[in-house]
Amino acid sequence: MSTIVPDARGYFGAFGGRYVPETLMHALEQLAAAYDEVKRDPAFQADLASLLRNYVGRPTPLYFAERLTRQLGGARIFLKREDLAHTGAHKINNSLGQALLTRRLGKKRVIAETGAGQHGVATATACALLGLECVVYMGSDDVKRQRLNVLRMDLLGAKVVHVESGSRTLKDAINEAMRDWVANVQTTHYVVGSVVGPHPFPMIVRDFQCVIGRETREQMLAREGRLPDVVVACVGGGSNAIGMFHPFLNDAKVQLIGVEAGGRGIDTNEHAATLSTGRVGVLHGARSYLIQDAAGQILGTHSISAGLDYPGVGPEHAWLKVSGRAEYNFCTDDEALDALRLLAASEGIIPALESAHAVAQATKMAPMLARDQTIVVCLSGRGDKDLEIVEGVV
Amino acid sequence: MALVPYLTGGFPNRDVFAHHLHTVAQAGADLLEIGVPFSDPIADGPTIQHSSQTALAAGATLDSLLQTLRATPTPQPRVLMSYLNPLLAYGPQRLLAAMRDADATGLIIADLPVEESDEWLTMADAAGIDLIFLAAPTSTPARLREIAARTRGFIYAVSRLGTTGVQGGLADGLASFLSRLRAVAQTPIAVGFGISNAEHIRALHGQADGVVVGSRLVSAIDAGEDLGEVVRELAEAC
Repeated sequence: MSTIVPDARGYFGAFGGRYVPETLMHALEQLAAAYDEVKRDPAFQADLASLLRNYVGRPTPLYFAERLTRQLGGARIFLKREDLAHTGAHKINNSLGQALLTRRLGKKRVIAETGAGQHGVATATACALLGLECVVYMGSDDVKRQRLNVLRMDLLGAKVVHVESGSRTLKDAINEAMRDWVANVQTTHYVVGSVVGPHPFPMIVRDFQCVIGRETREQMLAREGRLPDVVVACVGGGSNAIGMFHPFLNDAKVQLIGVEAGGRGIDTNEHAATLSTGRVGVLHGARSYLIQDAAGQILGTHSISAGLDYPGVGPEHAWLKVSGRAEYNFCTDDEALDALRLLAASEGIIPALESAHAVAQATKMAPMLARDQTIVVCLSGRGDKDLEIVEGVV
Repeated sequence: MALVPYLTGGFPNRDVFAHHLHTVAQAGADLLEIGVPFSDPIADGPTIQHSSQTALAAGATLDSLLQTLRATPTPQPRVLMSYLNPLLAYGPQRLLAAMRDADATGLIIADLPVEESDEWLTMADAAGIDLIFLAAPTSTPARLREIAARTRGFIYAVSRLGTTGVQGGLADGLASFLSRLRAVAQTPIAVGFGISNAEHIRALHGQADGVVVGSRLVSAIDAGEDLGEVVRELAEAC
């Protein structure tokens, strides 16, 4: 399978593109050109590599979850520990890369959207490090359920704007960030946090997140002498999943599984399983699957995890689904909670509720696979931010 | 100068919208722009966002909007302004045919830049519907030329960086943007975004061929002002 996507117009097969108001088009052209330069600039790449090593703490470990494996009695489960990256999630990989890119663009102000707050915290962190002004848009419902991350962003010097419009979650935070960007595009870079949005964002975010999959591949080969049989990651917009999947795309024997938020079940209206239930449309600058009604209005979604509570999905995932290279399932809120507790009790690791969806998928699959097979779970973030939600549900 | 009043379709509900459409048509409009409500209007400020939400909550759909237009003929031509997704859901070919039936002869798609417009332009030309493109102060000379070449009917010049909504004054640099646009335009130019009073309109004399006034009218409806009177004042300044 060819991995040379997107094409020059930002398409992954029939998905992606650049559907934005004219005001933003020139900025996207500039961004694509600047990114093209830094991709080939050894000085930029060395700066980023140094930060990832010395500041983020990369490479993150690939950990064999021996007790969990024994309990489940099947395939051996490995955890890619993105939760151990500085700020507690994979989001920092992209935020640092784009903050460096902001400097290259000659811009001093950064905006970002956040759902669970992890991308907001990571971007606020990168901005503090590089001396950039930072404004984070966050749905007011998410502000309530991820309060700890709001406190962290405050402390890091970011301004957190509570978004009251629409469903007051990630979708509306993106709307508001785009409105800000339209008004301030000449001075401001929008650090998009997932593999969504108009071209070149899905490509840039993917490239910065591919460090996850590259390390995993090397670590598996070094440790086991072979590639994993299955790789699992949760999918909201899909940045940790693309970062994990992409370096394995040409390894046809590695099964790639994305796990969406099944919420209270996909036959209710309360879920965010976009690839499982959605139809193709255009939102936030790209053509992809969407949870929408028959008239093309975007519907409200639900997930216990704020980071997966989004009615769209990255266009590259849409392409991977249609092409059959990756498959996409979902786990419900309850399954994610059970997986969180199981991992905490068996391994002493509390995953983010987002990542717990991927853990849940692995717990379903492992008993059905042979003991010499391996599953790698992308543990995209740590669960400290979710304790109030977990407690509330308990 | 031509006055192009904008109304959010189906706001505040279907019947009152039809009434407003009639009022605005009688009060001195030259062309009518009707917004198709969308759940996630990223180019719109709080006023149009709110009107869109209200219309959707009252059950507005593209289909019901086209029915209202069919039942409410006006002496002026009408154009629809929309985001892409509701149009895709309706089906482009079906939409263009229904627009002709409803005597809506132009279509502005806020999130369809020239790069993504080949198919739409071909279909609209074949259906006899004007596909109207937006130009922005940030558009490069090359982009302005492409916009000018593709637009039909007129060019919609976005007056400033930002979303729709009432503003104090006109944006700095608007005159120079409009003269750059004029140099490549093969059609009339209508200016919109932030145009809300007679003073704005008078300042644009000689620089534009039309003005679009939207949020000011939606606010007037919200505040229970005499919509006909507001439009007459604007028309006098044109």
